Amino acid sequence: MADFQDVKVVTDLLIVGGGMSACGAAVEAAYWAKKNNVKVTLIDKAAMDRSGAVAMGLSAINQYVGLKDGQNTVEDYINYVKQDLMGIARDDLVASIARHVDSTVHLFEKWGLPIWKDENGGYVHEGRWQLMINGESYKVIVAEAAKNALKEINAEIYERVFIVEPLLDGDKIAGCVGFSVRENKFYTFQCKALMVCMGGAVHVFRPRSTGEGLGRAWYPPWNSGSSTYFTLKAGAEQTCQEIRFIPVRFKDAYGPVGAWFLLFKSRATNALGGEYMVERKAELENWAPYGLVKPIPANLRNYLGMLDVNEGKGPIYMRTEEAIQNLANKYKDDEKAFKKKMKELEAEAWEDFLDMTISQAILWAANDIQPEEKSSEIAAAEPYFIGSHSGGSGCWVSGPADIAPPEYHWGYTNMSTVPGMFCVGDASGASSHKFSSGSLTEGRIAGKEAVRYCVENPDLPKIDDAKVAELKAAILKPLDVFEANKGLTTDPNINPNYIRPKMFMFRLQKIMDEYAAGVTAAFSTNEKQLERALELIALLREDSANLAAEDLHELMRCWENVQRMWQAEVHVRTMLFRKETRWPGYYFRSDYPKMDQENWKCFVNAKWDPKTGEWEMSKKPVIELT
Amino acid sequence: MPSFVKVDKCDGCKALDKTACQHICPNDLMALNKEISKAYNLEPEMCWECYNCVKICPQDAIEVRGYADFVPMGANVIPMRSSDSIMWTVKFRSGQIKRFKFPIRTTPEGSAVPDGGFETGTDDLKSPVLFTEPASAGLDKIWTK
Repeated sequence: MADFQDVKVVTDLLIVGGGMSACGAAVEAAYWAKKNNVKVTLIDKAAMDRSGAVAMGLSAINQYVGLKDGQNTVEDYINYVKQDLMGIARDDLVASIARHVDSTVHLFEKWGLPIWKDENGGYVHEGRWQLMINGESYKVIVAEAAKNALKEINAEIYERVFIVEPLLDGDKIAGCVGFSVRENKFYTFQCKALMVCMGGAVHVFRPRSTGEGLGRAWYPPWNSGSSTYFTLKAGAEQTCQEIRFIPVRFKDAYGPVGAWFLLFKSRATNALGGEYMVERKAELENWAPYGLVKPIPANLRNYLGMLDVNEGKGPIYMRTEEAIQNLANKYKDDEKAFKKKMKELEAEAWEDFLDMTISQAILWAANDIQPEEKSSEIAAAEPYFIGSHSGGSGCWVSGPADIAPPEYHWGYTNMSTVPGMFCVGDASGASSHKFSSGSLTEGRIAGKEAVRYCVENPDLPKIDDAKVAELKAAILKPLDVFEANKGLTTDPNINPNYIRPKMFMFRLQKIMDEYAAGVTAAFSTNEKQLERALELIALLREDSANLAAEDLHELMRCWENVQRMWQAEVHVRTMLFRKETRWPGYYFRSDYPKMDQENWKCFVNAKWDPKTGEWEMSKKPVIELT
Repeated sequence: MPSFVKVDKCDGCKALDKTACQHICPNDLMALNKEISKAYNLEPEMCWECYNCVKICPQDAIEVRGYADFVPMGANVIPMRSSDSIMWTVKFRSGQIKRFKFPIRTTPEGSAVPDGGFETGTDDLKSPVLFTEPASAGLDKIWTK
């Protein structure tokens, strides 16, 4: 076996991840940990200053309720979220975040995040819930607050440590194991409570760009399904794992469309000039009541555009030239004012790209795009797992005592069905539309509750050394496989005894794309296709024993792709179980083309049993607060 | 090769145990070629073009060349990041230049205080009220059912 030094760390609360939700957990937990003498430790697979989904920056904060100024109520937010998710959301969890999220945004402002202000000192809204920010350093600022909080309690931060497997003591979480991606060190963490903040999943499906542009995913490629893998392996119940998200963005570079739709009031039309949101309005009646209420759910807006594309009416265009012309008409008597307004809007539109999708700025520059002269293409991207946005996938977690009905409450807020294991951000399901601010807020809520768990459950769970040794051998095995076989062929990429992680990923992506409603299948699937996907995933899972890694970097890639494979399997199983089409612009079940409120207005939960390796699917009721 | 390193400028962050770009890349893509003491992007097709390596490089040795499978040649976008603002220079394929400057933070680097100066309103570990609340919410109390 490869020679690795063993490092053991014992702590009380272990935060696994370094993104927005992890930073929220750190900030809140640090305060309560200090008062209660609880030890906190944080692990990040990258560098906290620029890790997670906000690593590049963001141009907006997408969840601000505006409670203090009476702009909206918590109930308004609950209604907005469940409407967008076609009725499938946990009102208690959405409320839990919505009641605290403004607090978080006010903290961001104190920490130094520039939030746009209007002439009266109020926040500038991009939409009802969205605030405009100068967000290039959003993550740097948030990580700084989190690190300062951890420093006050002398908490350790482990960067560049990649966590693979959970450790259990009976049915309780006891810690986790992983390795450094910088030096030959194998880590064992033992803890009382563990916070899963390991993000969503990207590259489970074959993306539209498969060459160098493979990396230009809409959500960052370092989101490899770690949260789903880790929680499944711990035996935690999952929910909404069928709800993938497909963003419609500027084609290829996936730059944000918000500024053009909301600030410029631009329309989207097909190649013939037809406006699918108008021409296909009648289709929305098939998806009542959700199709008939504004705002129209994101997946239905997607769907109407997809119907145009499937009928050969593409490309779909963002009509930038028309929007600018409309603006010019408004200012037709005052050219100076128009020029001033245009300059302002131009800077805003470019900042929208430069803050969060710099590639889109390069693509426009490389195509000499002058938006006042010519429309730009928009398109549906590929599927992503992002429970924090307009998807819903994640763990089934306990709701807060004062809000949740008994069916949704079994103890500590945001604790999964595994005692001591908390899930936040993309790791917690059925609480969509939390975005960056809500994810950080959810981290705070769970951070406080996890400290309480440590105080009320003071015994350190036991770790089985034999199990750790077994996991160490399995986790490092790809290095051994490579060493043992590399001499066999003249090209290390072609060897009958192993598979390298990149080809493993391509194999998974091809299965998911073709059988599980990916781009080339026009986001459509059926029972037979999903069953075929499961057969092929089973073979892939067998072959995962022969993954090979030349170095630590590739060892991480091996495990990232195993994580993607598990994310894929739970997704396929959940789509297979739900015998209806509920989110037609995310995926379409051609054998059950209609929504079935009577039988399927419910959550579908999935569980993998670590003892037997069996999957268990179940329905859970939707209990509404409003 | 989305982010690329210029041979004449990169000094391998000499005397440091790892390069700045290795330290920051969220996807662990930057590596050091020890033979020539220069950094490189080892997996360009996994690059998100997040520009964190470009922004952190002390030598201005890193740029981004748009994805070769869908971006026409000839454009580039170059940031210049200071402690409170960022200046972007966008060069078009035609040669046209656009320049934008945006603020990035309103407080000195390193100064983010976790509680933001908000008072703690509860000492009750069992309460759903967070440590900066209700002051940070701007309300008298936190919503409940």
